[in-house]
Parts: sequence; C-alpha cells; structure tokens
Amino acid sequence: MSTIRVSIVSSSEEIYSGEGTMVFATGSLGEIGIAPGHTPLLTGLAPGPVRVQNGDDEKTFFCSGGFIEIQPDLVTFLSDRAERAESMDEAEAIKAQELAEKNMHDKESELDYTKAAAQLAEAAARIKTIQKLRKNK
Amino acid sequence: MANTKEVRKQIASIKSTQKITSAMEMVAASKIKKTQNEMQLGRPYSEKIKEVISHIANSSSEYSHPFYEHRETKKACFLVVSSDKGLCGGLNINLFKQVISKSAELKAQGIESNFALIGLKAASFFKSVGGDVVANVQKLGDKPDPDALIGLTKTVLDLHRNGEIDQVYLCGNGFVNTMTQEPKVEQLIPLPAEETDELTTTHWDYIYEPEAQELLEGLMTRYIESLIYHAVIENSACEQAAKMLAMKNATENAGDLIKELELLYNNVRQAAITQELSEIVGGAAAV
Repeated sequence: MSTIRVSIVSSSEEIYSGEGTMVFATGSLGEIGIAPGHTPLLTGLAPGPVRVQNGDDEKTFFCSGGFIEIQPDLVTFLSDRAERAESMDEAEAIKAQELAEKNMHDKESELDYTKAAAQLAEAAARIKTIQKLRKNK
Repeated sequence: MANTKEVRKQIASIKSTQKITSAMEMVAASKIKKTQNEMQLGRPYSEKIKEVISHIANSSSEYSHPFYEHRETKKACFLVVSSDKGLCGGLNINLFKQVISKSAELKAQGIESNFALIGLKAASFFKSVGGDVVANVQKLGDKPDPDALIGLTKTVLDLHRNGEIDQVYLCGNGFVNTMTQEPKVEQLIPLPAEETDELTTTHWDYIYEPEAQELLEGLMTRYIESLIYHAVIENSACEQAAKMLAMKNATENAGDLIKELELLYNNVRQAAITQELSEIVGGAAAV
C-alpha cells in the first residue's frame, strides 16, 4: 500500500513524524482527507484533531491553528501548538471553553471579540478530539 | 612594606569574590543544558517551515510575496539580539561591533539604518552610541516566550510593508560550541533565494485555500517570527556558554591572585619575625 510522509510540528517540539496511508484534518475551509498522491495544496489549519491512519493503526493528535502544506508524497502540519490527544484532560478543555464563552458574553471584558471567538473554537475542537477518541475505544 | 593585616584582608575579599564567580560558573553550566535542549526542541519546526517556504519559492506561484522583492534600498533595519545580563565576556560587544561596521558599510552606499533591539544590553549600547531605535523588547528571561517577540516583529514587518525600510538584517550570536560563539549578521528581508531543489524542473503551483495572498502573508510572518525566535534562543545559549567561560576565567584569575598574595603574606610575616629576632639578639648583646 502506498503511503505519504506525515510530519506534525509545533513551534516548541516535533509531535509526530512517520508514514500514513490516509490523513484527516480540519483545514480552514473544512475537513480534508489526504491520501498519497494528493495534488499540492496549501491551506490554513483550524484547531482540531488530526488523524493519521497507517493501515489499521490510527493515531489522533490535537493541533491548534497553523498551516498545512501538501505535496504528492508528503504532508506537513505547522501548528502553533500541538499536543497528543491522549494527554488531554476533558475537564480542562471544558473549563477553557466556559471561560471563553464567559469572556464573549461579558461586554465589560477588555478581551476583544475575535480573540474570544478563537479561544472558543479551540476549546470546542479540543473537546471534539477527546470525544472522538472515546468513541473509538 | 605592607603589613600582614592588610594582606590578610585583601586575601579574604578576593576569596569571597572567587566564591561568587565559581557559583555563577556552575549556574551557567547547568543553564547551558536547558537552553541547548530548547534549541533542539525548536529545530524541527524551523526546519519544516523552511522546507515549506523553499517549496513555495520554487513553485510558479500566482502571487509573489513582497519579502522576496528586491527593491531599491534606501533604508535598512538591523534586528539586534543581545542578552539582558552582563558578565558574559565580549559576547555582546563583539556582535555590536559587527553591526556597527555593517551599518557603516551600508552608509557608504548611501543606505541609512535604524535598529530594532532585543535585550537590555543592546538598548543601553545603542542609547550611548546613538541610533534610530524603532522597537525594543527587554527582560525576556531565561525562557524566552515567542509571544513576547510578536510586537517587535510586527513593528519591523509593518515598516517594511509601508516602504519605510527596504532591508532587514538579523544580528545575533551563533552557537558553535560551548567554547566558541560567533556573531552573525544575516539578511532577513528580502529573503535570499534558496538553492535549487528537485522541484524546480517542473512547472507547478499549489492550490490555495482560501486566497494565496492571505495564506502566504500569514505563513511568511510565521516564518520570520520563527527565525527571530530561533535567534533569540540561540543567543541565550551563547550567553550562558560565554558566561560560564568568563566566570571560569575569573575564578582561575582569583586563584592566581590569592596564591601571589599568600606568598607576599608569608614574606611579610617572616620578615617581621626575623626583625623581632634580630632586635632581641641585638638587645641581649647590648646588655
């Protein structure tokens, strides 16, 4: 089976480097599936889970915003911050979401709306990742 | 001749200085490991983003980014990365010397320069030398936060976008090994053309989602940010290494000084004893 080289890096460390038969991620214009031989594509990376399938083996990573570069034989995720999905704490994520929501509704808050919206999107994506992992178990 | 009390006092004060310098040496030695580790961790990201950027440079893109544009240069900006603390030998001053000589070289070609400074030492140096400082960040600490650099980067990039500066140089110390650090002045903007790669032979371009301009703008900014962040991390590793070396030398020098003073102390003491003895003998003979 043909594979594609996958690297996921964040500004502070290398998250994953290896082969994959299929990769799923959330681009800035929606969910994309990347198979080997994909046409060159450059797109934004939305906060959310990145799933790397290699045969029957599947790994999930959480990525916050960044960029995806796709070449026919390789795909690179440049995430501003990425962490292994297994290490995430759902309660932490929900707390972050609540805080972001509160900041959004709170008109007195100095926090500007776009920042709050971004925080909310990230927290929601984090929860989505964890729940997806649970379902797979 | 000095008296014994004075010499003893001097020895004591040098000994306490030696204790401080040797403690600082040990602290620096342990910090080198940490900063080097951080340099290692950040490397995959810089390598990958560089790879992506070189792919983009080799693609026949529909949109050419201003960072690649070679325009007539009237003004250059020097982004100088220095340490916050001193006691690290000639690390900072060697770098500043290079910056100043490069700036003078540009001036001879009719190019004015201004400066964006990271670190307290650069700020105080350019304050005394005099220079047009456009941005300044200080007190990043031992673990520099990438977010702290965003403001400075944005200021510089905005100036470039508005056409106020045409070239940007990144100046910082390169970490060769613990014994050697090398001041570097590298051109950041316009981005130097990458060496060719197997991809150039064919005519191809990316599909951009959403717009090419928007994406490349973001990606380029991230790239520049990552280069600057890397320079800061590298400089901080250099700072610790230079500090360790400087403190090691200081400790050794203090040791030499103490040895010399101890010799002097013994001489003085012996001279006093001899004198006393000869006085007693002289006194006994007189009786």
